[in-house]
Amino acid sequence: MVEIPEHLRKRAEEARAKAAAKAAAEAGGTAGAGAEMTDAQKSAAAKIPPHLLERSKAAKAAAASGTDAAPQAASAAPAASTSGASATPATVGSAPVATGPGGHTQRLLTVVKSGSIQDVKSVPQDKVHVWPHLLVVEFAAALFVTAFTTIFSIFVNAPLLELANFNETPNPSKAPWYFLGLQELLTMFHPMVAGVTIPGIGIFLLILAPYIDKNPSNKPEDRKFAISLMTVHLMFWAVLVMIGSFFRGPGFNFVFPWEAGLFFEL
Amino acid sequence: MAIDTDDEIKAPVKVRISEKLSKLGNDVQGSQAWSSIFRPGSIFRKGYTDSPRNRSYVIMNSVMYHLHPVKVKRHAVKVSYTLCLGGLTFFLFILLTITGIFLMFFYRPTAAAAWDDIYNLQASVTFGLLVRNMHRWAAHLMVLTVFLHMARVFYHGAYKPPREFNWVIGVILLTLTLLLSFTGYLLPWDQLALWAVTVGTNMMGYTPVLGDQVRFVLLGGFDIGTDTLLRWYVLHVLMLPFVAVIFMAIHFWRVRKDGGISGPL
Repeated sequence: MVEIPEHLRKRAEEARAKAAAKAAAEAGGTAGAGAEMTDAQKSAAAKIPPHLLERSKAAKAAAASGTDAAPQAASAAPAASTSGASATPATVGSAPVATGPGGHTQRLLTVVKSGSIQDVKSVPQDKVHVWPHLLVVEFAAALFVTAFTTIFSIFVNAPLLELANFNETPNPSKAPWYFLGLQELLTMFHPMVAGVTIPGIGIFLLILAPYIDKNPSNKPEDRKFAISLMTVHLMFWAVLVMIGSFFRGPGFNFVFPWEAGLFFEL
Repeated sequence: MAIDTDDEIKAPVKVRISEKLSKLGNDVQGSQAWSSIFRPGSIFRKGYTDSPRNRSYVIMNSVMYHLHPVKVKRHAVKVSYTLCLGGLTFFLFILLTITGIFLMFFYRPTAAAAWDDIYNLQASVTFGLLVRNMHRWAAHLMVLTVFLHMARVFYHGAYKPPREFNWVIGVILLTLTLLLSFTGYLLPWDQLALWAVTVGTNMMGYTPVLGDQVRFVLLGGFDIGTDTLLRWYVLHVLMLPFVAVIFMAIHFWRVRKDGGISGPL
């Protein structure tokens, strides 16, 4: 399932090719032969603009005709040509003082890459293809749930009690399980508070949650209060639902299911 | 000698059959009908190879593109991050639609007929009992997965900007799920259904000022009866699913517009 993103793979390949070329060039440089130098130049020629190549050639010719030792100059020349700055010809050649070989009065000092002083907005993200990585997982999850529901349905039947009868109230009468927390609140508060006010405020607060919580971080260690608050309420709610489901017997009185039995239908 | 020749004949027959089969497969895959069904990049199309370009086409050139982008953040495909809860909720909704349509063929929403229809469905319709069980258990499961999905989203702080409004839609969908389940609860018209709904609607009757009116609109009268059954049936099979589908479409669309799912933490 591990897939290297396209852009990272390309970048790594380029870096590898560059490193190989550099190693080859260095091997040529240490050998110190003039013929090797031209090879290194050829490999670099693809990247160096022609006018810079011309300039470095002129510089090399000047150096060779000058008094400097030939191998030393030869090793200095490629370095100068790759960095794009040719300082040697000004001191050695016949050109006027303080100008380049072509009569230039300016030179390239350095190249500032974007990102070093500017903030680059679009950071490449580590992404994977939806097919197969996501779709396979989703398909497996869907198959699992279908299988679970089918097998569960083969062994456990949905309840169907006797025909509805207005004259016979079951004791206890319970709401569906997800409303049993509310029904449990009915034992403590006035029906308007338990049945309308509390769930209404609850849903309203849930809707407002993103506008109340101004903390921009999504890291658990920065959100201790929010997480505690939510956990307390979820647990409170779960406990109410469980009490309403399993611990309420006839007359909605508190009972222990292991003593009085279950009064619960799904 | 005779045995040798037999062997020599048999082996080519096998080869010939496999050749014929592969030729048939090729012809079918190369046919106009086949390539009109499966668009370029489909994994079923002739000559599909696993390449980054084709992986993109699988999504981009299929109906899946309405739901998924071509690529997602690497952490988004980890099961341990989402637990698949949102996707499972959607899948359960589809499962409930399919089983629900099956049930609709055998059910009349009147006080006189409803219970008998369910009873006959279980007793004499092929797979009737199984499909009704699946509908019921999938419904309870969906309420559960919606709750868990909400908790998961909260604990990941995924409701924070720019996803605030998608959280709001999510809460609406949670409410719609509860209403869908609750309206379905009445339909079997047995003692469980009648009295669970009585408890529920009595609570809603305590709405301040408008209590009696709210209860009257919900029940289609002063008491639960055959009008309530029809009303809740229409809500359950048509209106609430319709509204839910619209909100789901916005929900999924916003997930993509807000930059995919949240995280990593």
